[in-house]
Amino acid sequence: MTVVDARGKRCPLPVIDLAKHISDVDPGDTVLVLADDPAAASDIAAWCRMRGHELVATREEDGAPAYEVRRLH
Amino acid sequence: MSGYLDAATAEPLHPAAREALLAALDDGWADPDRAYREARRARILLDGAREAVAASLGARPDEVSFTPSGTVANHLAVLGGLLARRRAGRRLVVSAVEHSTVLAAARLHEAAGGDVATVVVGPTAAVDTAAYADALTPDTALASLQAANHEVGTVQPVAEVAAACRDRSVPLHVDAAQVVGRLPIPPGWDILTASARKWGGPAGVGVLAVRIGTRWRSPAPEDDHETGRAPGPVALPLVLAAAAALQARSAAAADDARRLGQLSERLRSEIPHRVPDVEVYGPADAAARLPHLVAFSCLYVAGEALMTELDRAGFRVSSGSSCSSSALTPSHVLEAIGALTHGNVRVSLPSDADDAVVEGFLDALPPIVASLRDRAGVSGL
Repeated sequence: MTVVDARGKRCPLPVIDLAKHISDVDPGDTVLVLADDPAAASDIAAWCRMRGHELVATREEDGAPAYEVRRLH
Repeated sequence: MSGYLDAATAEPLHPAAREALLAALDDGWADPDRAYREARRARILLDGAREAVAASLGARPDEVSFTPSGTVANHLAVLGGLLARRRAGRRLVVSAVEHSTVLAAARLHEAAGGDVATVVVGPTAAVDTAAYADALTPDTALASLQAANHEVGTVQPVAEVAAACRDRSVPLHVDAAQVVGRLPIPPGWDILTASARKWGGPAGVGVLAVRIGTRWRSPAPEDDHETGRAPGPVALPLVLAAAAALQARSAAAADDARRLGQLSERLRSEIPHRVPDVEVYGPADAAARLPHLVAFSCLYVAGEALMTELDRAGFRVSSGSSCSSSALTPSHVLEAIGALTHGNVRVSLPSDADDAVVEGFLDALPPIVASLRDRAGVSGL
């Protein structure tokens, strides 16, 4: 799985990192974003809504919130 | 053209308030609670201000108290409403998008062992009346609901929620800070709060109104001022200025709402055409929004940088983005509605806003957003 490590970065950088790397995977595959900025929870969900991708799950990974995003198109 | 577009924080001082304030510095400095001549004059002035504010709120003068701020009014309203009904229960019901001062009082209540039920909202920030009513369990001591949301402008269904509260004998606190002097006060409140600087009065005056027959007890140490509701002597000159501003604003409210509503509509419809990847928040129906407030977020842009650049271009706005607040967390309102929390801008039009300032803003915004995106290297993302 492609991992985007945005730990230590403030908004809007985690979302920008996600946007830069979503095309690293094929449609149907997922990107895992590690982001400890509290704004990332809202912003990654909003980005998925705006760009038509899917926020599959949110969990803890290596002590930081991790967001699993599926590329849909 | 003034580029001041942050009226939801503070409406510029109304000329009637300035005039009243200057006069009051000469006539209204004495303590209204004393018996000598200067004090009696101060008492007459204070009574007059109270009557004027009460009339604007649809309240009786003896229901209205002045506090040092809207913040203090909200703290007293919530904590005093809960304290008076301890025997009924220890549950407070709030919406997820209340003003931070209401939520801060809720957290204090929770820390003291009370319960807080938070009613979630949908993407428009409007409370669902049925969901709110469901939260009113038999042990509910107090419910609190804003008249309109301060960050995205959504007018809440206060009358409907008030009816549900009345059916269950739960008192309702309405934080009316964003509507007083702008829109009719929604019916059904038991406790009402407001802030003078939002209607063109000076900072330093809040209002706490408690309906006759509503149970409320001051959570502050005992004090006689303002019939025991708000500790400390009132800042009489500021109160007189606040009352003068409210009278003037209330008289012009319907006209202002119509005019500002048209300007807001122009901003709402035009911003997404001129700036790519923008989301505009609040309900699409103009009747369900504050007339003077437009909130939107720009993808991939830092809210703080956006505010700085807009300020440089002559436009003063506020933002709910975390990088532009003292806390590291984004606005709880933006989170609650699933909004993009970065690149957020709240435009709130003062009563003197005109076509020129709106068109100026619409011209200034697109190149600023484009240059911030260029700098961040996000084009094509």
